[in-house]
Amino acid sequence: MPVISYIDAVTQALMEEMKRDPRVFVLGEDVGVRGGVFRATVGLIEEFGEDRVLDTPLTESAIAGVAIGAAAYGMRPVAEMQFADFIMPAVNQIVSEAAKIRYRSNGTWSCPLVIRAPYGGGVHGALYHSQSVEKIFTGVPGLKIVMPSTPYDVKGLLKSAIRDEDPVLFFEHKRCYRLIKGEVPVEDYTVPIGKAEVKREGTDVTVISYGLTLHFALQAAEQLAKEGISVHVLDLRTLIPLDKEAVLEAVAKTGKVLIVHEDNLTGGFGGEVAAVIAEEAFFELDAPIKRLCGPDVPAMPYSPPLEKEFMLNPEKIAKAIRELAEF
Amino acid sequence: MSELKHTALGLSDEQVLDMYRYMLLARKIDERMWLLNRAGKIPFVISCQGQEGIQVGAAFALDREKDWLCPYYRDLGMVLVFGQSAKDQMLSAFAKKEDPNSGGRQMPGHYGDRRFRILTGSSPVTTQVLHAVGIAYAGKLEKKDHVVLTSCGEGSSNQGDWHEACNFAGVHNLPVIFMVENNKYAISVPLNKQVAGGDVSKRAQGYGFPGVKVDGNNPLEVYKAVKEAVERARRGEGPTLIEAVSYRLVPHSSDDDDRSYRAREEVEEAKKNDSLVIFRNYLMEAGILTEEKEQELNKQIAREVDEATDYAEKAPYPDPEETYKHVYA
Repeated sequence: MPVISYIDAVTQALMEEMKRDPRVFVLGEDVGVRGGVFRATVGLIEEFGEDRVLDTPLTESAIAGVAIGAAAYGMRPVAEMQFADFIMPAVNQIVSEAAKIRYRSNGTWSCPLVIRAPYGGGVHGALYHSQSVEKIFTGVPGLKIVMPSTPYDVKGLLKSAIRDEDPVLFFEHKRCYRLIKGEVPVEDYTVPIGKAEVKREGTDVTVISYGLTLHFALQAAEQLAKEGISVHVLDLRTLIPLDKEAVLEAVAKTGKVLIVHEDNLTGGFGGEVAAVIAEEAFFELDAPIKRLCGPDVPAMPYSPPLEKEFMLNPEKIAKAIRELAEF
Repeated sequence: MSELKHTALGLSDEQVLDMYRYMLLARKIDERMWLLNRAGKIPFVISCQGQEGIQVGAAFALDREKDWLCPYYRDLGMVLVFGQSAKDQMLSAFAKKEDPNSGGRQMPGHYGDRRFRILTGSSPVTTQVLHAVGIAYAGKLEKKDHVVLTSCGEGSSNQGDWHEACNFAGVHNLPVIFMVENNKYAISVPLNKQVAGGDVSKRAQGYGFPGVKVDGNNPLEVYKAVKEAVERARRGEGPTLIEAVSYRLVPHSSDDDDRSYRAREEVEEAKKNDSLVIFRNYLMEAGILTEEKEQELNKQIAREVDEATDYAEKAPYPDPEETYKHVYA
């Protein structure tokens, strides 16, 4: 199997889905001639032309709103928000419209739309090119939310998202784009939305994570194995719908749970995961549920020591796992 | 009424009589809803009264077999012309299971009907204007020649989405008709506090497509403007902005009291220019409508509204379990 980068998996999925289905088109800022500021849509305009690889005006609400109209009509738009931070002007369209179209029309209309957005820090992006925005949407029924961590999952889940009949927010960790590489099959495959995956088997402590911090957790687990601590790592992959069964199974493996995400602690999705565990697996627990998250500060600062302080890393995760293991 | 004659627009006597019938039907459904609301039978009404001439005039200029509507909550006249019935309106007003817009989920006036290519709408204003651009763009991708008409009030024309939509449609030369139904009030706030310069149509200049202002109390003027816009769009010449000026004859909704922000004299004065009065007089003068025909028409419509009301009142509500239907995430 060829080894490709996280961002190449995005490009391959788009390319293959656009070839497979003429209803698929991409739209966003600089997605055409430039191939995207991160180069996720590189090569598409040459292959499919400017109508299906649409450079939009600099208007996020229009990117979402136009895509919603086209999706309701019957197309399969894949809209790109240049940075997840800039999704804010489109929140009304996403929350009031995309999320509610099927429900409010009693199932007579639907909105098969994908919105891709690079999120997350560690790239010297400062306050407005580093945010994790998932918590703004996880409490809004009507949106599927996918946050893959590996090239294999990116490609398979993006294909599933494009083929889905309902709106999917597809958040790509921008630090992973070129950092994370992995094996991806040449032949067509999909990864189902709503299914978590065990990325490492273990017996002492369970770590539940997604995105970049999933890789930090795996690195921490590798280190801790040398210290005799066996770590079980579950990658949520999809936040909504949450794979509760997989979460509960992972909890039962060790009885000790650490939930890790880069999004800040308060109101973060880890709180929901913790609540599910507390309600449904309380008697499996041998220690209090622990969360390790971005700090509750307005956003990630620019200056390197400040950015480093905000970001999680394998050492911080290893420390939290050790504490749980010793509990 | 102006010198504009329906024959000069290519409309037959039957067609203009049909236009009048739709205007009257919209008015009578609306009036019945207010009665039902005041009698405590339905929770809410949002009105088309005063704007029927715009809505019916515009809808008649479109192709009801292939064009699309992204309307707003006052467009009762428009959705009737596109195919919805009095019964559909009453099922929605009573929030019954059979309501074709939403199965009783949405408030009245939140139209959406796949049968007639009327896209489902919401309450946050102006979101639909961007959807119209999306439907037009989809048509371009699929090489279809449908036109999309989207409407909103003059207050809504201040929203960012409205600007984003006009600009997007202008850049990509899309077959969209932006109809602004200027009824002079956004709930309580009058035009001079809503629209800088006082003229929405002039904004089109900045988007590089035509903007026209028409008398919304004259359905023939509206028809003419929309017809020209449809022809332009169909020829691939892009969008048109139409500002149709009328007056909201009743409060914003059944929960509003307009006595707190506008004088009764102003409302009474506006009633003299009500499109229903003006168009009725035109048809009478042209000999198309007679006292006898009018009586018959009134009787027919009263029966239609009565039957719709009875049917909807007796129709079943959705089952409570339907709360959980059409949920995927």
